[in-house]
Amino acid sequence: MIELVLVPFLEAAVRTATPLAFAAMGELVAERSGVINLGLEGTIIAGCLGAAVAGAAGGAGAGYFGAALAGMMMASVFALFVVTLKTDQIITGTALTLLGLGLTGTLHRTLPMFAGPAASLPTTGPVAIPGLSQLPLIGSVLFAQPLATYALYLLVPLLAWWMARTHAGLALRATGESPDAAHAAGIAVDRVRWSAILFSGAMGGLCGGTLVLAQVGGFNEGMSAGRGFVAIAIVVLGRWSPLGTAGAALVFGGAFALQYLFQSLELALPYQLFLALPYLLTLVLLAALRGRARAPARLGT
Amino acid sequence: MTEILLAFWDGAFGSAFAFWSATLVRATPLLFVGLAVALAFRAGVLNIGAEGQLLLGAIGASVVALQLPDAPRLLVIPLMLLAGMTGGGAWAGVAAVLRRRFGVLEVISTIMLNFIALALLGWIVRGPLQEPTKVYPMSSPFTVAAQWPFLIPGQRLHLGFAIGLGMAVLLWYVLARTALGFRIRAIGLGARAAASAGGVHAESLSARVFVVSGALAGLAGASEVGGVTWALYEGLSPGYGYTAIAVALLARLDPRWVVVTAVFFGALEAGGAAMQREAGVPAVAVQIITATLLLGVLALTRRQQLRAARVAPVAKDGA
Amino acid sequence: MSAPAALSLRAVHKRFGGTVALADASCEIRTGTVHALLGENGAGKTTLMRVAFGLVQPDRGTILRDGREVRFRSGREAIAAGLGMVHQHFMLVPAFTVAENAALGGVGRFDPAQAAARVRDVATRTGLAIDPAARVADLPIGAQQRAELVRALAQDAQVLILDEPTAVLTPTESEDLYKWMRRFADDGGTVVLITHKLREALAVADDVTVLRQGRTVLAAARDAVSEDALVEAIMGSDVFRDAAPLPSADPTAAIVFALDGVTWRDAAGVARLANASLTVRRGEILGVLGVEGSGQAELLRLLAGRLTPTSGRVVHPAPVGFVPGDRLHDAVIPAMSATENLVLAEAGRLHGAIDWRARAKETAQVIASYEVRASGPSAALATLSGGNQQKFVLGRERGIAPQAIVAENPTRGLDVRAAARLLAALRAVAEEENGAAVVCSTDLDEVLALTTRIVVCFAGTVTEVAPPADSSDRSVYARALLGANL
Repeated sequence: MIELVLVPFLEAAVRTATPLAFAAMGELVAERSGVINLGLEGTIIAGCLGAAVAGAAGGAGAGYFGAALAGMMMASVFALFVVTLKTDQIITGTALTLLGLGLTGTLHRTLPMFAGPAASLPTTGPVAIPGLSQLPLIGSVLFAQPLATYALYLLVPLLAWWMARTHAGLALRATGESPDAAHAAGIAVDRVRWSAILFSGAMGGLCGGTLVLAQVGGFNEGMSAGRGFVAIAIVVLGRWSPLGTAGAALVFGGAFALQYLFQSLELALPYQLFLALPYLLTLVLLAALRGRARAPARLGT
Repeated sequence: MTEILLAFWDGAFGSAFAFWSATLVRATPLLFVGLAVALAFRAGVLNIGAEGQLLLGAIGASVVALQLPDAPRLLVIPLMLLAGMTGGGAWAGVAAVLRRRFGVLEVISTIMLNFIALALLGWIVRGPLQEPTKVYPMSSPFTVAAQWPFLIPGQRLHLGFAIGLGMAVLLWYVLARTALGFRIRAIGLGARAAASAGGVHAESLSARVFVVSGALAGLAGASEVGGVTWALYEGLSPGYGYTAIAVALLARLDPRWVVVTAVFFGALEAGGAAMQREAGVPAVAVQIITATLLLGVLALTRRQQLRAARVAPVAKDGA
Repeated sequence: MSAPAALSLRAVHKRFGGTVALADASCEIRTGTVHALLGENGAGKTTLMRVAFGLVQPDRGTILRDGREVRFRSGREAIAAGLGMVHQHFMLVPAFTVAENAALGGVGRFDPAQAAARVRDVATRTGLAIDPAARVADLPIGAQQRAELVRALAQDAQVLILDEPTAVLTPTESEDLYKWMRRFADDGGTVVLITHKLREALAVADDVTVLRQGRTVLAAARDAVSEDALVEAIMGSDVFRDAAPLPSADPTAAIVFALDGVTWRDAAGVARLANASLTVRRGEILGVLGVEGSGQAELLRLLAGRLTPTSGRVVHPAPVGFVPGDRLHDAVIPAMSATENLVLAEAGRLHGAIDWRARAKETAQVIASYEVRASGPSAALATLSGGNQQKFVLGRERGIAPQAIVAENPTRGLDVRAAARLLAALRAVAEEENGAAVVCSTDLDEVLALTTRIVVCFAGTVTEVAPPADSSDRSVYARALLGANL
């Protein structure tokens, strides 16, 4: 039972959590600078298309690069508006999501490369780490995953260290808590926010890149499927800390993976219930954890 | 390029049929959801969930239409309106309760509820309300009594548009001229001062506005199934609930202007559809225009108009 | 006088849009002195020092630091040149510890232990008691100010610019701060004290500079000028004179406000006000003193009907006029027009349609009778200066409740002229309308001049303080504030 159900389920959970964790790490950094990026969904779908276009042209490496670049392009529009022009973050983010979905949809239907039968993309399958992947139970769950997952194993602790133990990390947090105080201390608040948003764009792009290159192997319209919004909820559940956010991403990876598990178990429940599960879970967890977490004081302003 | 623009123009304004039967028909749901978003934003409630509320309104109205196949029109249509408002209002009510009792930001909860509504609709048209042959993911067609009357002979413009206009006038009057409307605007621009200086119960008022906003969005769904599709099916809304934000903001949250911007975006939708049909340009391109317009409005709008409510959290004790 | 000044500002000019904030303002600050920069609100004091600190770029003018010409493009550059500024509204990150705040703005690795050690070192060296690990949000206001000072000193500031540092402090805390400033200057440091409290400035300063309407109108050594000359320099020729003290009220007059054994507990169950009793009769103005967080905020809100007591009985007329301390968040909606803000006070009670035209006429009357400088009833409140907003709020509240007003720090942040108008309007509640007012202020002079009786809040208890036999002896109030004679 464990070998047949639990291990494949946990493997799928980690695999599904990987793109979510990328997006959530980006969102985390943006939110700690005081910016809520509701355009993350648009950033992710742009990353998907960027990965598909660049991946088809130059292989998987180029695909990830294209994904990050596309994400940063979307993010730079967002930063231009909310940081430089000081527009409302929520509405601007919504507009960016619409823009991302519209642009990618239009390009998908007009670019010649998507015209014929679905072009096969170079994908990055699981790479088992010798030794570690042989560990009982967790071996294959944690160490027989795509390279992108391993990148996260490095990124998350690095980010945690950077935020707590560097002056740049201190400046990031101060900007989200009290931009006036940060400004008075000589911190260039707008530059901090621009950088944070660009980072979140690159991470959102990589979320899309992972979806395309390590999971689906192609581009579909709307394939981001709300992951940007889920990532924002993940950051709240992770209490704005890198390790907590990684943990929350794993929980959601599990929720998405449950879809596959229950489908394979052939339960007599409507499959739409499992489609809705991650979103229901978000609401339930946000409600259950109320008051426990404290958002950056000036988030969204 | 000219060919594309021509197709676009023809589809939106090119003929009486294009205007009355395409542009205004598509403007109708946008009018309702645009008013819904404008009302919510005026009160400082960031309702991004008009899409889900619209779908629940459509489900509510469809249940009435399908359960009362033999009832007279004068009974069925008011009941459909009521059920639409109830469905949308209840869906918004979930987010309102989550915000008030559990402190969940409505921005996140309403988006989650949009996805849940989509899944719920998907299940309903394959389960409880599926047509008898159980082949298509849709309900049985409504009986004639539940099909809303057309306003102009030979055109597809239906009752929903007239109701939407009435709602716009009503909403404008309430917001601009009444004490209730003033309270709503006050909590949107300065919830703490409204509570402390004016004794307004900001939290319960914003929760009620949230529900009414959802009810307005629910009317959009009722109007779509009653006036256009005459059946419940999955692809009911091409994202009207999201376009609503652009409709409301372009109108500067003024209900009178929402009428104008709803027609404008209705024309975009109608023209976009024609563009896809005639010139092969995907209709999703319209979303790019919507987003660009939204960004343009944002760049020109002083953000404090939408802002005060969130900067100053509502003080519980009026301190 | 041979050594160059620590900081010289010469012929500094700055416009903001259409208004001239600084018109060739100058100021010479000698090393090792306390320099008082005086003037009414809006005279340009803060702007001039923000120019010195690099937060505002002047249109023209020269800045010299130790005799060398400098031009700071940011606060960071000014800090590097040995300047430190403590702003009127503290520039601390509330969620951070004192040590994290002190370290803010650095580069490279951040070591919390090292940052804490640095704060501890500065604190002991300069005699400022502060816990480096304390979260700023948890600190009382006086300690937050020490945190600001420690931060500036931890960044090796030799010239400290303090902007209205005593505005939020109790008399005792202020006294301690002045003593500390004196010691800092005697040890070779330099202090610029921006203030509009003349008497306090004169007690501590070596030199004074007076600004009026962006111009330097007087610059002299403290001993070389008289108090009268300074008052005239600050105010121009139009000098406001103290009004005669209010007569004591008739002890048999009708009761307007009363508390009888009132306790109020917050959401956590802590009694912020315990077993408080008092009465205020017609013709009285009750003064309330208290260190921030001692229960006076709750006392005022109970009297104004904004809070309901946990136990005990509160008597107040309905409605009560209330002028809260945080005007922009609690009293008005800046984005709304004056007319809408007038209606705001009744927003919870109104029903049906509103006749906006009639309301605009009412608003015009308030604007006229309280000398509110505004372009008209349709002007957004945000376009009014702080003093005019406050006059408008008091006018509005008196319109609702002519005989019962509760006011919290009503003159904070206002210049002398606006404050005088406001205090006169408050007196009128007792003198002309035969009503009653309750006024809380951190300014002891103001409370003594305005009120007929005084109560002191200390740790949630309310005690009436009888006036001392010698009216110039204020120690009785200072002791009561600290709970020393209870």
